[in-house]
Order: sequence, then C-alpha cells, then structure tokens
Amino acid sequence: MKAKIVITPKKAVLDPQGKTVQNALEHMGYAGVTGVHVGKYLEIDLAAGTDRAAAEKALHEACHRFLSNPVIEDYRLEVVD
Amino acid sequence: MHFAILQFPASNCDQDCVHAVRVLGHTASYVWHKDTSLGAADAVIVPGGFSYGDYLRCGAIARFSPVMQAVKAYADQGGLVLGICNGFQILCEAGLLPGALIRNRDLQFHCEQVHLKTTNGETPFTRRTPAGRVLRIPIAHGEGCYFADAETLATLQAHRQVLWQYCDAAGELTEKANPNGSVLNIAGIANERFNVAGLMPHPDRASEGLLGSEDGRFIFDSMVEAFRQRGTSAAA
Repeated sequence: MKAKIVITPKKAVLDPQGKTVQNALEHMGYAGVTGVHVGKYLEIDLAAGTDRAAAEKALHEACHRFLSNPVIEDYRLEVVD
Repeated sequence: MHFAILQFPASNCDQDCVHAVRVLGHTASYVWHKDTSLGAADAVIVPGGFSYGDYLRCGAIARFSPVMQAVKAYADQGGLVLGICNGFQILCEAGLLPGALIRNRDLQFHCEQVHLKTTNGETPFTRRTPAGRVLRIPIAHGEGCYFADAETLATLQAHRQVLWQYCDAAGELTEKANPNGSVLNIAGIANERFNVAGLMPHPDRASEGLLGSEDGRFIFDSMVEAFRQRGTSAAA
C-alpha cells in the first residue's frame, strides 16, 4: 500500500517556475498551453495491512502540518494498493 | 545583553550573527537544534542559511526541531526573537509569523545590497532607526518573495506589523526596488505582540564599516534598548 500526494501552488500565489515552463513550451511550438503549475509529488510506502481509513486520516494531518504549507499550497492525497 | 544564536544543520550565518553582536559589545552563545533549552538568553536570533538543506520547503523541517519548541515557549512568554533570512522562513513555517516566503519572482538567487524603508519605527526591532533613514543592508536568497493572503495583509497593515519594505535609495517603494516580488515590497514583519520579527535582508552582514554598511546595527541596537527598558529577562 502506498500514498500518492500531489502538492501544487495555490492559484493566487505567484508561480514563476510554472510561467517559465509555459513560456518555454510556447517557444518550442507547443500551442494551446494556457497554464503550467509546477508542484511536488510524494510517494509514501505504507506497511502491508495498514488500515486505509486510519492512514488517510494521519496523512491528511501530515499534509496539513508538514508536507504542504496551506498558506501557499494545495494538495491531493490518494492511498492505493 | 546575551543573545542565543540557533544552529541547524546547514545554518551558515550563525557565526556572522555571533560576530555581529560581539562587535556591538554583547555576548552570544550557540544553541544546537537538538537542544530543548535556550539557556539564559535575553534574546534569540534564528540565523540565515539552508537549514536541513531547504528540503521540502525552506524552514519546513527546522520548525519541528526540539529547539524550535523552546523558541515557541520563549516567544509565548514575550521573549525577543529575530529571524534573519532562513530564520524568517523558519518563523513563518512555525506559525510564529504570518505568511510564507516563496521562490523569487525572477527565479534568480539575489546577492546584493538593497534599501529598506522602516515602516514602523516604534517596535523593539526598529525603535533606534533614525526617522526617515533609509537602511542599506544586503540580501542573499532565492526564496524571499513574501506572500500572504489579502485578509492577512490587511491585518498586518492595520496593526502596523510591516516593519521593513524594499525601497529605492530615496525611500520610494518602487517595483524596481523590489528584488524578489514580495507583496507590498515587504522585507520584514513582526507578530501582533511585536516580540517576534523576521526579515530577509541580513543586518548581521551590515554591522561594521569593513562590510560596507553599519545600518544593521539599528536593528540590534533597537533590540538591546527594548530589552533594557523592559529590565527583565524572559528566560525560557
């Protein structure tokens, strides 16, 4: 079992990295790109037999306290087998 | 006056801070990140650097270190805490100061002299700044763009918690003088009680003529005056 966590900058926060990547894509000729947001991806391995609901609850807490900064970032969490 | 200077793995301005306060005639001791006590400190400085390699986010891991729990307790008791550069990032991550520091607008690491306007000169960190004096202090950071949501910014302004703003040599808050894209040109802020402050520029690198500026002294001198006026040590 593992958790997959995607962390992205909030829409209201400057994302110069995303903007720079978007500009590069446009220069390379990839048309139709209207926005790029650069974030982080974390994969967390969980011990076999872990209770899924309990793991999700604990990981949401960890995301809120530590793995993401709610002032500037949003996150998505998924626990998969 | 005795300063406690924190040391995290990859702090790199801890010695600069110790040197600066000693040059000003005070004493200082290092406090290791695993320590749970600050000793008999009259003030705490969280120095610059790249604590824990800046992994995850700048300051995100340092905030959970044992010494930061002592700093929180110290701040709760009213003790003076100054965060410089990475120290400012750590204090924001720890929730001791509002907002966050993100990547510079132009993605560049900026290592240069900047000018600062003292926005509120009546705090323990600014009270010795001569009125109208524009400070010249260096920055050295890649993630110094201050961000807070509109509600937080309104609160900061209403309570006069913005202490320093990037300006030009004449003291004007221009876009060009903003090195990193910080909202409202914010270079440093304080908490609501005005006993915790953080700024991205380095007063520790501007406290003797040899370094090109002595303007950083106004910040340390302010803390000393505030402490002496208070007359008691808020030892944790």
